[in-house]
Amino acid sequence: MMGDEKKLRKRRKGFLSRLIRVLFFRKISAKIGIYGPPNAGKTTLANRIIHTFVDENIDIGISTEIPHETRRAVRHEGILIDLKAKSSPYRACGVVGRSPTVQNPYLNAIPNSPPSSTQRLQEAKAKLKIDIVDTPGLATKIDFHDFMAYGLDEAEAKKRAKEATEGVIEAIKWLDDIDGVVLLMDSTEDPYTQTNIVIIGNLEARGIPMVIAANKIDLVDASPQRIIDAFPQHPVIPISALKGDNMEDLYEEMARDFR
Amino acid sequence: MEIKMDLISEDKIISMTSIEKLRFVLDGVKAGKIVILEGGLTSEEQMKLIELTMTEVNEDFPGIEMSGYPSKKGFLNLRRKTRLTVVGPARVMRTIRRDRDLISALISAI
Repeated sequence: MMGDEKKLRKRRKGFLSRLIRVLFFRKISAKIGIYGPPNAGKTTLANRIIHTFVDENIDIGISTEIPHETRRAVRHEGILIDLKAKSSPYRACGVVGRSPTVQNPYLNAIPNSPPSSTQRLQEAKAKLKIDIVDTPGLATKIDFHDFMAYGLDEAEAKKRAKEATEGVIEAIKWLDDIDGVVLLMDSTEDPYTQTNIVIIGNLEARGIPMVIAANKIDLVDASPQRIIDAFPQHPVIPISALKGDNMEDLYEEMARDFR
Repeated sequence: MEIKMDLISEDKIISMTSIEKLRFVLDGVKAGKIVILEGGLTSEEQMKLIELTMTEVNEDFPGIEMSGYPSKKGFLNLRRKTRLTVVGPARVMRTIRRDRDLISALISAI
């Protein structure tokens, strides 16, 4: 029982210190972790965010069909999520050599005239500066035989399995420094897995805000509704990180929840 | 091949510290047993169990399969009441269906 009381005190202390940090020591940039099981599309989402708001030619990592491709957490700092850039009368300074009609509306947005104080206030609400942390996939088991099924030889598969276990530990450790989480789930898979439940339980206990992104809605057997039904207490945004479908909704939810 | 199953009472679990619980579970699972904990592990303990498991994964022990009922919110939503957790060796146990109040697992000896 003593252990329970200690845990409760720790949780309350964690909540209080978080509240004090939010009120008095607000960070300029929030660290947002992209979490989820292997092959949910975490790196694809991280790349999509960077392509949209930073540079279309920069990748945070490589996405392949082999699970645990990301075995080290990778952080990209200072991403400005600017939702006003798309709808307000901005002119975009596009990427060199591209036609203005195909420019990414979020990139390098500069207003035509100096904004008024009301406009500045609205813009501030629509902007969010974040560091994106692409984390290795969380799993309870890593069998080197699974990698051999993708054509890796035994030595390479064992090496990858070892690195993958280290990656899982690293992803868990990162939770201590994360301000918000985009929890990515594969819409074609059963969302009610222990890994998803453990992540959600931990984020709730630590008071870390989260948005669930139901990824891969471009696939025919996708069922984002299963994820919505499984976790009704959290916002769930159906997306396709690969095709870029519904990304605006995710950015809006991130701007709301991670401020 | 026989598979051993340990059903641990809540009284025994309460008397252990977090790390004792995790060590007890992981040692049992590594020995090939399926461990069922009445009262279960908290989300934080389950995350620590995943972390501990990853430090011990090797060619013979690829990890664990874990299932449990989600915890219930307790007094003033502050204290969470855990319910039941089942942990087994990944090579032997596979969860085939689960929801809030039902766990269906397949146990197969190789």
